[in-house]
Amino acid sequence: MDFGFSEEQNLLREQVRRFMADELPSSTVRALALGEDPERRAALWQQAADLGWLALIVPERFGGVGLKWIDLAVVLEECGRALCPLPVLSAAQAAAAIARCGNEDQRRAWLARIASGEAVFGIGLYDEPNWIDPQGVRLAGGELLTGTKPFVQDGIPSTHLLVATRTGDALALAIVATAEVEVTAQPAVDGTKPTAKAVLDAVRPLDTLPISSADLDFLTDCGAVAVTLEAIGAAEAVLELTSEYAKTRIQFDNPIGKYQGVKHRLADMFVDIESFKSLAYYAAWAVDDAVDELPRAASLAKAYASDAFARIGIDGVGLHGAIGYTAEYDAQLYLKRSKWVRSAFGDADFHYRRIAAMG
Amino acid sequence: MDFDYTPSEQAFRNEVREFLAENLPPPKERGRGFLAGWLSKVRAKGWVGFSWPKEYGGGEGSLTEQAILKEEMALHRAPPLGTSFMGLAWVGPGIMQYGTDEQKQRFIPDILDSKVNWCTGYSEPNHGSDLAAIETKAERIGDHYVVNGQKIWTTGAPWADWIILLTRTQFDVERKHDGITCLLVPMDAPGVEVRPIENMAGERNFAEVFFTDVQVPVENRLGEEGKGWQVTISALANERSSIGEVTQMFARLDSLKALVKATRRQGRPAAEDPAVQRRIGEFEAKIAAMKYNGLRYLTKQLRGEPLSSETSVNKLHRASLEIEMADFAVELTGMAGVQLGGDDAADGGSWARSSLGWPGVVIGGGTPNIQRNIIAERILGLPKD
Ligand SMILES: Cc1cc2nc3c(=O)[nH]c(=O)nc-3n(C[C@H](O)[C@H](O)[C@H](O)COP(=O)(O)OP(=O)(O)OC[C@H]3O[C@@H](n4cnc5c(N)ncnc54)[C@H](O)[C@@H]3O)c2cc1C
Repeated sequence: MDFGFSEEQNLLREQVRRFMADELPSSTVRALALGEDPERRAALWQQAADLGWLALIVPERFGGVGLKWIDLAVVLEECGRALCPLPVLSAAQAAAAIARCGNEDQRRAWLARIASGEAVFGIGLYDEPNWIDPQGVRLAGGELLTGTKPFVQDGIPSTHLLVATRTGDALALAIVATAEVEVTAQPAVDGTKPTAKAVLDAVRPLDTLPISSADLDFLTDCGAVAVTLEAIGAAEAVLELTSEYAKTRIQFDNPIGKYQGVKHRLADMFVDIESFKSLAYYAAWAVDDAVDELPRAASLAKAYASDAFARIGIDGVGLHGAIGYTAEYDAQLYLKRSKWVRSAFGDADFHYRRIAAMG
Repeated sequence: MDFDYTPSEQAFRNEVREFLAENLPPPKERGRGFLAGWLSKVRAKGWVGFSWPKEYGGGEGSLTEQAILKEEMALHRAPPLGTSFMGLAWVGPGIMQYGTDEQKQRFIPDILDSKVNWCTGYSEPNHGSDLAAIETKAERIGDHYVVNGQKIWTTGAPWADWIILLTRTQFDVERKHDGITCLLVPMDAPGVEVRPIENMAGERNFAEVFFTDVQVPVENRLGEEGKGWQVTISALANERSSIGEVTQMFARLDSLKALVKATRRQGRPAAEDPAVQRRIGEFEAKIAAMKYNGLRYLTKQLRGEPLSSETSVNKLHRASLEIEMADFAVELTGMAGVQLGGDDAADGGSWARSSLGWPGVVIGGGTPNIQRNIIAERILGLPKD
């Protein structure tokens, strides 16, 4: 019995954290979120690839490192802490999709390119804003794809899109070249999680992977787990920022952290973060080692985190007073992330109902 | 990360399961003589005081084996392993850590054999959360301490044989945590008077305990004079593994789910009500979080890393679940929910009784506000209030 990270995993965490501190301070995060400095973004992406983060869960025989989601968990958590705008999460999800649902040729064609950072994937599964279900997939499948994918995560900038399609009841994932699609960035609350609308006009997929609804569930679960892992880091960053502020901001002759209205709220944040962290680690472990338990584990983690982090995002701003509301101060960046996290791959309402349906 | 158990741990789990299959009949078939037989059998197994050294009659189980034992016992809804809950939970561990050899030989076997019941005399009328401010006075006169003062909320005092008592031997101290001395006192000592207090559920489990010129021999002091606070703190820290508790909480959640399935509200199945589904899901998420938090903290202990005050996290969850699950069940079942018994009471009135029973968990072991202070001050480093 060992529910903790190994020395290698701790080293990986340190490596990612140091990289984020050196290369992605909030000034850089902000610039990239605004779409500025594409060269810098490309260089950072290459560095991330060179450090092996994009190859982590890719099997060795396809040019990957052959590790598990629980290793990836460390990277995602640190990406979340830095609000890293690079599409590490989408790369992982694309790799998981192709490894699970692709045939041997397709795996050979794509996995190494994801691992090397050459293929940068945007992902569009559901076309309804809040319907996580095969029926929420609207784009018609076929040899040529025509239609709209309204919510493509990390669609810009990308080289390829992985989009879910439906033909009758049959589902598939199509890989298309972004260059052949009309993608437009959609303004959204959290610039570090860019969403694009993709319009396809008789686009021929480079590859098509037939999937079952269980596969679609699996990819959704992976998404929910990944988002929650990122939320751990982001929420811990809010807690740290706010705790430090509470120790130094003096009002009524005392640091505000002495007042229980402040300190108890911070304690509750700690309780919640510890808790959805434990749930998310277990779910990440389940992806590879107990996949039967994944749906429940993913839903418990995402449900808890969705509500808890939303509250943490709000209180991270509120507990600072007016300075928290300023554009210059970082607290607001996490609030924005918490809005995105709440809906991505199902909110608490969706996941709690799903758990109820499991009995 | 690895949730597998070693072959020897797995073998231990199987041993516990086989033992339970043989020796634990379903609750309804447990007759009059059952408990005495049960206690002597688990004792013979070495499972009472399982964490203590064999030298003193304990079982010397590893941390993981202790967790397995607790989990299996809770899973099979087994009765406790001894009649003195506090003796096993913190008096025994306290004696093991701070006691003299004579004290260990004198007190430990009786705790293990369920011969002696202990109670805990910490809280006083004027000092509850602020425990370190206690003022029950113990004055050293020759080879005795003479104790005067009052304790309150002492659970089990009406039938306990012994009390672990926090007293103050020194009043002019700079820090209130100094000058406290821990004494082990027989409840039948002259000058000890117990007055039971009735709680809101109608039970008389706790009491006021008065001490008037009670003579306590110096050899009954646990730890050094003036160092009683450390004894208390580390003894209470023994109360930290939540594995058994979590298993019980999952069992209660199952009962609650069954109740939801059996309940109609406004003529419709309650199970289809999204608001109901959400509450149940929230309970499950908290209990599952307690489980995996507990396993993370156990891992830390297994690796020899210090546990700080993380256990307050699960205490806070436990407190809110204790209140809210019962409150939810009572509301869910309408007028049948508020009945304590009778044919129509939901689940025989068990949730209604729980709705009157939470203070033991929520207030007894340090209130939620105090747990939040602990987290804020010791983990987040915020100023003390
Ligand atoms: C069922 C039950 C069994 C018990 N058994 C025992 C026993 O066997 N032995 C024993 O010694 N004691 C026992 N206790 C007593 C228990 O330890 C105390 O009740 C507890 O420590 C709280 O103290 P208090 O009741 O004096 O409340 P107080 O300390 O007076 O607290 C009253 C309220 O003020 C709040 N409060 C206090 N200080 C602060 C602060 N700094 N910040 C914010 N809020 C604060 C508390 O949270 C609480 O809501 C038992 C209690 C119960 C309910």
